[in-house]
Amino acid sequence: MRGRAAIVGVSDAVSPTGELELHGRALEATVISEALADAGLTLADVDGVCHSTSSLGLAEYLGIHPRFTDSTNTGGSSYEVHVEHAAAAIAAGLCEVVIGVYAATPRSDRKRGGGGRGRMMMPGPNPSAEWEMAYGMRMPMGPYALAASRHMAVWGTTPEQLAQIAVSTRAWAALNPRARYQDPITIDDVLASPMQSSPLHLLDSCLVTDGAGAFVMTSAERARDLANKPVYVLGAGTCHDHLMISQMPDLTTTPGVVSGAGAFRMAGIKPGDVDLLMGYDSFTITALLHLEDLGFCAKGDGGPFVMDGKLGPGGSLPMNTNGGGLSYTHPGAYGMFLIVEAARQLRGECGARQLDSPQIAVAHGSGMVLSCMSTLVLGTEAAL
Amino acid sequence: MSGRFEPPVTETSEPFWDATRTRQLLLQWCVACERPIWFPREVCPSCLTSALEWRPASGRGTVYAVTVEHKPQNPAMADMAPYAVALIDLAEGVRMLSSVVGCPPGDVGVDMAVTVTWEALSDGRHLPLFEPARA
Repeated sequence: MRGRAAIVGVSDAVSPTGELELHGRALEATVISEALADAGLTLADVDGVCHSTSSLGLAEYLGIHPRFTDSTNTGGSSYEVHVEHAAAAIAAGLCEVVIGVYAATPRSDRKRGGGGRGRMMMPGPNPSAEWEMAYGMRMPMGPYALAASRHMAVWGTTPEQLAQIAVSTRAWAALNPRARYQDPITIDDVLASPMQSSPLHLLDSCLVTDGAGAFVMTSAERARDLANKPVYVLGAGTCHDHLMISQMPDLTTTPGVVSGAGAFRMAGIKPGDVDLLMGYDSFTITALLHLEDLGFCAKGDGGPFVMDGKLGPGGSLPMNTNGGGLSYTHPGAYGMFLIVEAARQLRGECGARQLDSPQIAVAHGSGMVLSCMSTLVLGTEAAL
Repeated sequence: MSGRFEPPVTETSEPFWDATRTRQLLLQWCVACERPIWFPREVCPSCLTSALEWRPASGRGTVYAVTVEHKPQNPAMADMAPYAVALIDLAEGVRMLSSVVGCPPGDVGVDMAVTVTWEALSDGRHLPLFEPARA
C-alpha cells in the first residue's frame, strides 16, 4: 500500500461569521464539487465514497453507484480512517477515485430550528420520510415485493418458483439441529402461508430471531500456524446503486452484478467453480436475484433454474446450507452468518449438512433494500 | 383525513409541497442537463449545478412495479389495508413511489396507465396518489 495512493484534490468551506449559508447535502455537494474541480476530475470519475454517517445516502443523492464504500464512524478521526481505507482500496484495485466529505453546521442549525442536525452529524433531511413514508410501504418487505412484482411481469417468474427456494432452504435447515425451523415444507405450504406484501407470503420471508456472530482474521502467514484450517479471502467486491427503492435503476438487476464480477475476477474464478453459495435470503426474491446477478444463470432464468431443487441437499448448487435467513436465523442484519457458515463448510465442520470437500464458497451479502451488495470469495489452501 | 404519516417540508422541497395546495404536480429540472430530477434536491445529480427549476408535470405515468400491503407499516393506516403501493414511471422519465387508488388493489398491474390524484393532508397540502387513467 505504501506509495500506492495520493490525495489529489481538496476543498473546505468556512466563514469568519462562524456561519455558512448552505447546510446538509447542499454543503457537502459544494465542497465535493470544488475538490473534484481542484483535482481536474468530475463526478463521473468517482467510484468510491466515504461518509461517516451514510455513504449510501450520499451516493444516492449524488446519483453515483460506487464500488468502494465506507461509512466508518470513529468520531473526529473518521476522515483519517477513510483516507487509510481508501488508500488500501485503491492499492488493492477495488476502485480508482474516492471522495470523502464532512459537513456540519451546528451554529446556524440553531437559528433554522432544524433540531440540531449538525450536532448529530446527519446532514439534511431524510428523503425517505419525505417521499416514501406516507404511502405505508412495509419495511423492509415492501421494496422486495416490488422487485418480485417487476421480475414476474418482465420475466414470467411465478410464485411457485420463488416458493421452491424456501422449500430447498428448509431442506437444509432440516439437517441443522440449531436451525429455528426444521420441519420440511412444500411449495403449497409456502403459497398457503399468509400473504404479506404481495406477491410475497410469510414463508417467502426471513425470520425474526435473536442472533450474533463474529470472525477473526489474520495474515496468511500467521494463519498457517494456527489450529484451524485457514479460510482465505480470495476475492471481494462491493457496489450500491440506491438507498430508496424508487432510485434503484432496474428492480430486476441488483448491484451484485458489479460486486460479484469484481470478487470473481479478483479470485480468478467462474460461477461453475463455486462449491457453496451463501446468498443473503432476506426474501426468496433476494436469493433469486443473487443467482442471476452472480452469473449462476442468465438474467430472468432464476425461476426455472431453481425448480429442480438444485439449491437443496444433494443438488448441484448448494445454497444456504445452514438453513438461511428463511429458516436458520435472521436477527436483522444477517450477513455475518453467511461468513460463519462458509468458513465452517470449508473447514468440514457441518455434520449432517456437510458438503463433500468444498474448496470455494461465496458469501454474498445484501444491505438495506437490495441497495448495497458485497461479495466475498472464500477458499481453502487448495484453492489458493 | 387518513392516518397517514404526513411528509415533512424542507426548504428545498417547499415549492413542491406549496403546489400541492392547488393540486399541481411539479418536478425539478436541471437547466444545464435539461433533465428531470426525482427526488428533489439542491444540486443536479449529473453535473452538480444548483441551477434547478420547478416545472409542471403531466401527471401521467405507468405502473413500474406494485405490491399490495395486507398489513400496514403504519398502524394508523390499518383501516386502509389492503392497499396498493407502487412505483410510478412518470411520462417525464422519473420514477416515484406512490399508491394507486380508485380500483381494487389487486387490479393494479405492471404497465397500467395511471394519472395523478390527490389526498388532502391536515395542513392544506395534498399527497400525490395515482388512479387508473380513463380511456
